[in-house]
Amino acid sequence: MILKKILYFYIDGFKEMSPRGKKLWMIILVKLFIMFAILKYFFFPDILKENFKTDKERIHHIEQQLIITNHVDTINKN
Amino acid sequence: MEHVNWELVDWSRAQFALTALYHWIFVPLTLGLSFMLAIMETIYVKTGDEKWLKIEKFWLRLFGINFAIGVATGIILEFEFGTNWSNYSWFVGDIFGAPLAIEGIMAFFMESTFVAIMFFGWNKISKKAHLTATWLTAIGTNLSALWILTANGWMQNPVGMKFNPDTMRNEMENFWEVLFNPVAVNKFVHTITSAYTFAALFVIAVSAYLLLKGKDKMFAKYSMLIASVFGFIGIFATIVTGDGSAKQVAKYQPMKLAAMEGLRTGSRGAPLIAIGKPKHTTDKDLTKAIADDFKGNNQLEVEVEGFEIPYGLSVLAFNDPNAFVPGVNDLVYGNKKEGIPSYTERIKSGKISIEALANYKKAKKAGNDEEAEKYLKTFKEHFKDFGYGYFEGHDMNELIPPITISFMSFHTMVILGTWFLIFFPLIFWAVMKDNIEKKKWLLRLGVFGIFLGLIVQEAGWITAEAGRMPWVIQDLMPTMVAVSHIETAGVMLTFFLFFITFTALLIAELKIMSTTIKKGFNN
Repeated sequence: MILKKILYFYIDGFKEMSPRGKKLWMIILVKLFIMFAILKYFFFPDILKENFKTDKERIHHIEQQLIITNHVDTINKN
Repeated sequence: MEHVNWELVDWSRAQFALTALYHWIFVPLTLGLSFMLAIMETIYVKTGDEKWLKIEKFWLRLFGINFAIGVATGIILEFEFGTNWSNYSWFVGDIFGAPLAIEGIMAFFMESTFVAIMFFGWNKISKKAHLTATWLTAIGTNLSALWILTANGWMQNPVGMKFNPDTMRNEMENFWEVLFNPVAVNKFVHTITSAYTFAALFVIAVSAYLLLKGKDKMFAKYSMLIASVFGFIGIFATIVTGDGSAKQVAKYQPMKLAAMEGLRTGSRGAPLIAIGKPKHTTDKDLTKAIADDFKGNNQLEVEVEGFEIPYGLSVLAFNDPNAFVPGVNDLVYGNKKEGIPSYTERIKSGKISIEALANYKKAKKAGNDEEAEKYLKTFKEHFKDFGYGYFEGHDMNELIPPITISFMSFHTMVILGTWFLIFFPLIFWAVMKDNIEKKKWLLRLGVFGIFLGLIVQEAGWITAEAGRMPWVIQDLMPTMVAVSHIETAGVMLTFFLFFITFTALLIAELKIMSTTIKKGFNN
């Protein structure tokens, strides 16, 4: 019952919205679509989640990045 | 660290800066307008005067448009953490995750629920219930800022955490220490009060525009009255907390302070440059100088000049006219007399820490617990310099923030902040005297004020963020280590994609806002 009331509160709110408000909502939806369906999906993968299956693999990768690559480079240099 | 892809680092930095600066166009308006709306609605509920309802509804429309324009722009920053800054994302661990999770769960839902009630609740709930929703929206939006700024404060002064060498990430030891980190607390108050100032400038600019057009005069003047008081309180608190910020920067990020003031060599009784400029701005090729600045080239040669306030910087930094304020040279080359270690010493110490961590991991893998403990102890002893270790064999310029950018943004912020302290009483006085309509020059200044406000907002962030370069986490993680090893071309592509798409959307949304403003209060 309460959920129904809340739902109608939102539905009525959107129905009574001015044309300008509706236009604004269209822009918001376009923006959210661009952000999540295009930018996030195609251009912003979570590197660690996508490239490594377990935390163990991720830790190993970070070790490579923070210690091995950098440490060995500096050690070798000297 | 030999094989740094500086092009990748710089494009990743530029992309983050672009999205953060874009995001920050809208956030301060939301933070400040929400409280002004709550004040206006409170007056309406208390007095029952319908003109206040009209005023409230006009600003609520503009608040809604701004909210819509800015909605979710900050999420792009989170995308970038996962893609461009994955090493950093892992390294910070819970420290960054916990405050952001609290923000997501608590403030975001609180905000979105009560924003809906604010817009859809007229005539459906009681006046007092609506007013409560308006106040809770204001509190909710400001709480969102609290968690983000707590995370940012930690990056500037990492406290309340412990690095776990087994998981290679920081773990929170004391939530309260993170939350009440003096840098975070000051940053939060400084940021939100500056946002209140910006929102007040927005209200004054729109009202001044309507007055210049001879439209809705009474409503515009009442709005200006509220905004001038709110803005004055805002800028006063911003200046007080700005002073607090300078003291914290002096304590925790002395190189940032040296860059902000362009202080080459430190001294006791150090003067403060009130108005000045970097010397190379006289050069023909300023663009190259700024580009060099962004990339961190030639920072050891940058010098500034200007009108100095004797002892000003020592007082600003330490409340003591004779206090020693270190300059760039003191920090890079060390100053034994003042007990400041050189960067060479800190690099050596950092390198010991990185080596000890590597050896700890090796000993652990070999099952040699005794050896591991020994290395862990060494690692911890030198951890405060951990990030410096990556600069072994690097040019010292890389450890200095962009001085021209830091200096110019800091001084722009201070000069314009001082102007606002004068501007708000001028507006208040003219409205009270009821002669503001005749003062066309003041109204024009009022319209122009919104652009100055925007410049100050962005300059504040540039000072804070460019000034702490090269550190993503102060003294622990530089940008070159934090960045993910991805294709530079990909970062460039998303930079321009974001720039073009969001500029187009921004133009569309600003058109809606300008139409609403032109229609005025009687729409």
